[in-house]
Amino acid sequence: MWPTRELYTAGLLVYALGIAGALAGYAAKRTRRWLPGLLCAVSLLGALLEFGASLTALFVRTELSWTLASGVPYLRYTVRLDPLSAYFNLALSLLAASVSVYSAGYIGRSSVRKSPGLFCALLNLLLLSLTLVFTASNILFFLIVWELTAVAAYFLVVFDHESAEARKGGLLYLLMSRGGTGMLLIGFLLLASAAGSMDFAALHGIGQQLPPALAAIAFLLLFLGFGVKAGIIPVHIWLPAAHPVAPSNISALMSGILIKAGIYGMARVFFDFYGTVPVWAGMTVLVVGVVSGLLGVLYALMEHDLKRLLAYHSIENIGIILMGFGSALLFRSFGHPQLAALALVAGLFHTLNHGVFKCLLFLGAGGVVHATHTRNMEEMGGLIRRMPSSALYFLIGAIAISGLPPLNGFVSEWFTYQALLAGFGATPALTRMAFPIAGALLALTAALAAACFVKAFGITFLALPRSERAENAQEVPLLMRSGMAILAVACVLLGLGATWFLPVFDPITQGIFGVAISPDLVAGNGLLLTAGSTGRGSVSTVVIALALVALGAIPLLLWLVWGRKSARLSGPTWDCGLPGLTAENEYTATAFSKPLRMIFAALFRPRREIQTEFEVSAYYPTAIHFESEIKPTFETHVYEPLRELVLSLASRMRRVQAGSIHVYLTYVFITLILLLIFGARG
Amino acid sequence: MMERILTVLAQIVLVLFLSPLITGFSRTWKARLQTRRGPGIFQPYRDLAKLLRKGMVIPDTASWVFGATPYVLFSTTLLAGLLIPTVSAQAPLSAFGGVLAVVYLLALGRFFLALGGLDTGSSFGGLGSSREMTISAIAEPALMLAVFTVAIGAGSTNLSTVAQAALGQSWRFLAPSQMLAFAALFIVLIAETGRIPVDNPATHLELTMIHEAMILEYSGPYLALIEWSAAMKQLVLMTLLVNVFIPFGLSAGWSAITVLSLILFVVKLLFLAATVVLMETTNAKLRLFRVPELLAVAFILSAMALISTFLF
Repeated sequence: MWPTRELYTAGLLVYALGIAGALAGYAAKRTRRWLPGLLCAVSLLGALLEFGASLTALFVRTELSWTLASGVPYLRYTVRLDPLSAYFNLALSLLAASVSVYSAGYIGRSSVRKSPGLFCALLNLLLLSLTLVFTASNILFFLIVWELTAVAAYFLVVFDHESAEARKGGLLYLLMSRGGTGMLLIGFLLLASAAGSMDFAALHGIGQQLPPALAAIAFLLLFLGFGVKAGIIPVHIWLPAAHPVAPSNISALMSGILIKAGIYGMARVFFDFYGTVPVWAGMTVLVVGVVSGLLGVLYALMEHDLKRLLAYHSIENIGIILMGFGSALLFRSFGHPQLAALALVAGLFHTLNHGVFKCLLFLGAGGVVHATHTRNMEEMGGLIRRMPSSALYFLIGAIAISGLPPLNGFVSEWFTYQALLAGFGATPALTRMAFPIAGALLALTAALAAACFVKAFGITFLALPRSERAENAQEVPLLMRSGMAILAVACVLLGLGATWFLPVFDPITQGIFGVAISPDLVAGNGLLLTAGSTGRGSVSTVVIALALVALGAIPLLLWLVWGRKSARLSGPTWDCGLPGLTAENEYTATAFSKPLRMIFAALFRPRREIQTEFEVSAYYPTAIHFESEIKPTFETHVYEPLRELVLSLASRMRRVQAGSIHVYLTYVFITLILLLIFGARG
Repeated sequence: MMERILTVLAQIVLVLFLSPLITGFSRTWKARLQTRRGPGIFQPYRDLAKLLRKGMVIPDTASWVFGATPYVLFSTTLLAGLLIPTVSAQAPLSAFGGVLAVVYLLALGRFFLALGGLDTGSSFGGLGSSREMTISAIAEPALMLAVFTVAIGAGSTNLSTVAQAALGQSWRFLAPSQMLAFAALFIVLIAETGRIPVDNPATHLELTMIHEAMILEYSGPYLALIEWSAAMKQLVLMTLLVNVFIPFGLSAGWSAITVLSLILFVVKLLFLAATVVLMETTNAKLRLFRVPELLAVAFILSAMALISTFLF
């Protein structure tokens, strides 16, 4: 008997202890130097306990649940660690562990060192509430911890409250999040009223029993409500505003796992509460996935704020995850449980993979921002010599997120391609075209992501430093590097060891589709990953990795035979005959993405302004001022009119709000009468 | 097992030593079309041998990424060459990665090559990297869609299965879907291997170059590895085109008859290379911002190919 229940409960208690201890430290006024380290160790312990609980729950397949009565009608504090919950909890605890290690080095050196106690309290609160979001099994309880997460995250985003940008980003996050919760509430209530219960267990398959119109409304509300948290386009605008301004370890957690709460919600609703949905629903999810993926990466390409670039990539990867989910829904509608399981595995695996490499990249970016005191890539450069380990970890993350073999991003994108390919043969005429087109656009997305990370890594870390601050940058301390190292190793292991990890998905697909998929996806003694069967396509990341190393021996051999004696000099880079190469000769991030800005000009609507100052003739400028910006389409065309609408409505509503207490009392009275009449009639 | 290792070695030798020949043939044939004599089809071998023996100059701004790039590029391209069927329908490592792995291995090489370009700190390197990543990204959907058409037809992404399926129906390349997909892949081939009208492999004119700009700072053995990889990449993509669409002469396994297949294979490749060069000589180079239009044509061709798989 594995101690899943004990581990899980102990993890929650440790997080709670972390909150209490941190608050005590905060109240004590005097900041002790060892306090952040101790508090981070507490979070680490909590994360490790939760990691153990999730692992045992997944591998030994013990389902854990416990309930506390609340005394309030409908609300019961029920938690259940079923396979889906355990999987998301696994991802959370892995990231929480590495972020805890990182934070121990980070807190004392960053802007949050002013009140580490409060920061750690909020961090532990975020971890505690996220754990509960993934495991809560009662609608009201779920919504309470869901809001708790949002509040904790809000305070962490605005932790640097002296910066106006942080306050603005935080407010936008809170507003969007509230809107999302509103939609969730209505959606959940529609489901609960059909089930007559607030317990998740009673909602299983409830989507079938609702009248189609109501089921459709609830589906869309829940999709959009969870989509706000996940950052799908068009409700993504808070993400690039809030993620970059948070302290970097929090950005890492937000992009890595907080937005996955939305994905968890969708998985729960789509596959547990709904079951088989109409074709349009799956198609909607697929199309939203494709659009989010493509637009996310296109906007990322235009960024030269390192952290905002990463934030836009989160939108892209959420899109890729939703391509898997959408295909899974479609396959289920057309009665292909095997393929649906493949597509779901693709989506879920990418959820974990994205969590790992995005967290790694944000931690790396945090180190860079810490070292250079800027988020602007145009002021970085040459950091690979000054921060060699950070550069290596960031490079591993960049290769993984670009979906290149043999790391983990490649594996989940490969499964996504295979699911989309299978869709062509498994669905009727008009639907089938959607799959290969989605696959082609996924290819475009992935290739653009590679371009974007060539830019992100190349401009940030390579060549000459572009500013004095980059010139004087120093490597981050050991604890921060260790946090990154854990995730970098995870990227490699999840890529090379994917065949050994896949059985984790069996209890999930078994519960949802009734098929354990991993025996079909693994062949050749755990060496091959297949697309359902070896005939349909197979790949082996281990063999690819080994072969790449082995083939590297050929040039080495040639060098030994021929090149050993020849000279190897170091010389200056060709500078076109100018006196010495300076950082001003280097390509900038803006220049790098210029071709794409011109090709996709219809989307970006770039605007540029060039002013030349000269004395004698325009051919001898003394100074050139260049300005370029792109129009954020959704902000100007969707949210700006919406804001106007709300403001004009509010100004009309003002007439009702007379400001006199007598009028308000009248309102209360009339409402009471109306309610009484309504109540008496019912 | 022994046989398996032998086939792997055979294919390594084939990919390594056939690829400069195709490049040499292309250059000579191009010279002839321009009424020049040309250096002879074996010149690339002599170039490689010479470069490998020379010393090299490493830019003092560069980091280890600059030095790792040629190795990564060489390994990824050569491995991609082991995943595709050349003279036999049974590619030696086909089971370990299908067409998706080929595309992504080439992408890994390109990723490092672009980083190598940026690592030097010169504007040319950045310029080349930026353009290379842009054009390859724009070419990707057309490439993938054409690949999907083929993979869906064969019911597999593993290239040996695809080639075997193609072998079964010799006249299938006349089907509209196959012809359209071939045309799309042909355009992608031109873009990916950097030929006119997309890029000019013979230029060092700074404003127009793409591939050459990225590798401007490489010299000696590193340059040899990069040039060799470029030749191998061209071979890989051409092989993909000829063996998937026109599988005549592919032998089913590896045996004595394979020699005959080898001759046929080389003839097919030379024919394709001659066609590419003919295109190159009769067309002017496109402006960089007209290239997306060409690739959009390729995308539409492959979309039509896909639609026609279930119409006809």
